[in-house]
Amino acid sequence: MFAPGARVRVKDAWPERQAPAHIRTPWYVRGVEGEVVRHLGDFANPEDLAFARPAEKKPLYHVRFRRDEIWPGKQPHDELLIEIFGHWLEHAKEQS
Amino acid sequence: MSDLLETDGDRLLIAVKALLERKGVVSAAEIAERRAATDAASPGQGAKMVAKAWLDPAYRDLMLSDGTKAAEALGIPMLGMPPLGVLENTPDIHNLVVCTLCSCYPRAVLGYPPFWYKSVAYRARAVRDPRELLASEWKTVIPDTVRVRVVDSTADYRWMVLPMRPAGTEGWNENRLASIVRQGDMIGVTIPSA
Repeated sequence: MFAPGARVRVKDAWPERQAPAHIRTPWYVRGVEGEVVRHLGDFANPEDLAFARPAEKKPLYHVRFRRDEIWPGKQPHDELLIEIFGHWLEHAKEQS
Repeated sequence: MSDLLETDGDRLLIAVKALLERKGVVSAAEIAERRAATDAASPGQGAKMVAKAWLDPAYRDLMLSDGTKAAEALGIPMLGMPPLGVLENTPDIHNLVVCTLCSCYPRAVLGYPPFWYKSVAYRARAVRDPRELLASEWKTVIPDTVRVRVVDSTADYRWMVLPMRPAGTEGWNENRLASIVRQGDMIGVTIPSA
């Protein structure tokens, strides 16, 4: 579980390159660091659901990202808020 | 599978409905009920929620903590619908909702999405340069002092925006307030005005 405020990184994984896949993690945040806002609940894993496989419930988080960590441009305080499943997140290393 | 895809759609629908009924999965009455609820859903329902939240602080709190319960409190059918989350615009934050992966939309409270919501252009531009998108397509200019928060609806929730009550609406009743809340105000592409 990730607590609100936890610094996280979205896994830089690309399973769709290996086999047919249904993934609810947008490609533009893969490998990007963000901050957990809150746990939204547990929901059946869409990656299994989409293929009619038994789907385990997985924790879903609202994660905040700084816009300028993803896209070029001004307004450094703008942000994106995205639903990301826990199995796509890892704890970000402490900044030195 | 190819046989199925080449079957005439109407005949296939009748056959599947008959099978579902015979196997006791879902009855014709249940399908009719769901169709009626889907057709009845419109931005007017979301606008009623917004107007009530502007007048009733307790309802606003309920709406922000549990959108589904707040919708049900106004008689909007939410059974079997994805959970509804509500994002509040404030003097510091402007929310914009998009679904970059497909077209997730809070249909239970806003009805069918506008055609542009599903377009590749809207989905790409909303996350990449929301300020430019809002200014050029909707003449909605967000001041630099206000943070733009793009909410990418990627999974199980559906999101709607609670806009700020505009100046010049002092003393208005709920119906009059609801009449100025448009579909785009609850997506975040426009801002209501008196």
